[in-house]
Amino acid sequence: MAEVLVLVDHVEGEVKKSTFELLTAARSLGEPSAVVVGAPGTAQKLSAALAANGAEKIYVAETDRTDFLTPQVDVLAALVGSASPTAVLVSASADGKEIAGRLAVRTGSAWLNDVIGVAGGDGVSATHSVFGGAFIAEAKSNTEHPVITLRPGAVDVEATAGAGTEQQVEVPAASGRGATVQSTEPIVGGDRPELTEASVVVSGGRGVGSADDFAVVEGLADALGAAVGASRAAVDSGYYPHQFQVGQTGKTVSPQLYIALGISGAIQHRAGMQTSKTIIAVNKDAEAPIFEIADFGVVGDLFQVAPQLKEEVAKRKG
Amino acid sequence: MNIVVLVKQVPDTYSERKLDASDGRLDRDATDAVLDEINERAVEAALQIKEANGGSEVTVVTMGPDRATEAIRKALSMGADKAVHLTDGALAGSDAVSTAKALAKVIGTVDGFDLVLAGNEASDGRGGATPAMVADLLGVPALTHAREITVDGSSVTVRRETDDGVTVLTAELPAVVSVGEKINEPRYPSFKGIMAAKKKPVTTLSLADAGIDAGEVGSAGALSSVTSAQPKPPKSAGEKVIDEGDGGQKIAAFLVSQKLI
Ligand SMILES: Cc1cc2nc3c(=O)[nH]c(=O)nc-3n(C[C@H](O)[C@H](O)[C@H](O)COP(=O)(O)OP(=O)(O)OC[C@H]3O[C@@H](n4cnc5c(N)ncnc54)[C@H](O)[C@@H]3O)c2cc1C
Ligand SMILES: Nc1ncnc2c1ncn2[C@@H]1O[C@H](COP(=O)(O)O)[C@@H](O)[C@H]1O
Repeated sequence: MAEVLVLVDHVEGEVKKSTFELLTAARSLGEPSAVVVGAPGTAQKLSAALAANGAEKIYVAETDRTDFLTPQVDVLAALVGSASPTAVLVSASADGKEIAGRLAVRTGSAWLNDVIGVAGGDGVSATHSVFGGAFIAEAKSNTEHPVITLRPGAVDVEATAGAGTEQQVEVPAASGRGATVQSTEPIVGGDRPELTEASVVVSGGRGVGSADDFAVVEGLADALGAAVGASRAAVDSGYYPHQFQVGQTGKTVSPQLYIALGISGAIQHRAGMQTSKTIIAVNKDAEAPIFEIADFGVVGDLFQVAPQLKEEVAKRKG
Repeated sequence: MNIVVLVKQVPDTYSERKLDASDGRLDRDATDAVLDEINERAVEAALQIKEANGGSEVTVVTMGPDRATEAIRKALSMGADKAVHLTDGALAGSDAVSTAKALAKVIGTVDGFDLVLAGNEASDGRGGATPAMVADLLGVPALTHAREITVDGSSVTVRRETDDGVTVLTAELPAVVSVGEKINEPRYPSFKGIMAAKKKPVTTLSLADAGIDAGEVGSAGALSSVTSAQPKPPKSAGEKVIDEGDGGQKIAAFLVSQKLI
């Protein structure tokens, strides 16, 4: 069976969950080969987890290069040449999209971006969810080795062990035409689940009224074990940090349960959350558009309703 | 400094956007078209760099149908100096790879560019890779998702912000920089700016003018094709109650009935 290259996304010696999703998706197209690009000593920490999640082969491409994202592109381009993979799978993060786009340009491959599923058979095809889930489109690759970015959270991980045979890969020298990394500070996640991975999300909008009052949103979220989100108006008003913005220019979330507090439900906000399984809305304005897509809506003051709901949830947890 | 700004006309996100069921392409007639908001921010960033560096010129580049001239005019009325518009029937159906190739060719027609500015992600396709693809084709560094840009003589430094964290990047010019949503607040065109824009030069290029092979772009050159596109039935409204002091309890009861708590 032909190989499928999977670019490993890792941070501080750990494989990100989105990589396990890639390995699961890769299995429907061929034999998953994980590609580790990083500083010397990186692969050693990752290989057990990669093998446990289905990597048959692990390409180890370790380098001291500090040019930004270019080593990944260079390594994958060389492997596309030597391994003739069925496809290359990369996570649809900001970095992943960029690596994948540049790779597709270099290898003359189809670029299937931000897909929610892949299928093999007669050529490779992929499913896209467009305009915040308002449309579902199928696309097929017209080239060999299409480069595909998979939306994090779209595929459920099914761990099946692979052989995990390591193979060293030579990393070419830097061309000198890359950007150099001066410093990096990863975002420190708190104790709450990651927004795009959470099964419950509680979001606050302009109706929350202040940064201090976001404690009401956080309180309910913590009772439910949920992630916290925010509308752009809430972010722009400085109530909550930018990385928690849900919507067209923020994150796309699709949890089991989405609770919108003091959010009007503008089309751009809906674009980031309307595929949630169940939607609950609390808003003072009975005409707010969020009610058009809410499974259950309460017309009322969020400062009355949310704390009461929190109490009810706490009671049930005992 | 010679600054190029890549701008794109997109369907207004305030109107309902559709895919054409026959070919899976964006139905551009179904919606109003506007200069993408993120590109207004890219133009603003270009103008700020121009204002700080005497003798600079800002050239707007777009690839799109005839009516994309409206987006060009908006950028010119904000203060950009001139524009290049690549438009050709054969471009219809271009995918991201061929769009990047065409844009790289057009940028090549702008004499001695130092800096190419772009949006990090367009609101229509949400591709999020065109600037990096263009940079790769031009053989220059890509500094993307900028929250802050500092140009210092012959080098550029960018504070890059994404969901994964903050990275400070530097590179020698020429380079491609894409801007994020939080970089600035774009200025409104003044009346004077709007009047002046009418007289600013706009060069219209066909594929042949730009030296682009028609077989490499449009549906003819597409490396992938959409095989089906279906609207998903919109979610319908469920129950709505007015809070009478028991709103929280009612939500809890609903969540219990759905086995969500
Ligand atoms: C290109 C573009 C991209 C955009 N991207 C995004 C995006 O990614 N995400 C996003 O969210 N928006 C986005 N927007 C902005 C969007 O159009 C709206 O402006 C925004 O979503 C409004 O946020 P909001 O609902 O919090 O605020 P508002 O629309 O002001 O609504 C606040 C709501 O709170 C209610 N309220 C007030 N007080 C209370 C109370 N005590 N109890 C209960 N309810 C109360 C009010 O009735 C009102 O309905 C974008 C816009 C553009 C043009
Ligand atoms: N057809 C186009 N014409 C000019 N610029 C474009 C075009 N397509 C994309 N861009 C630029 O690339 C950025 C990112 O777009 P995208 O990769 O489509 O999300 C946009 O904000 C523009 O700056």
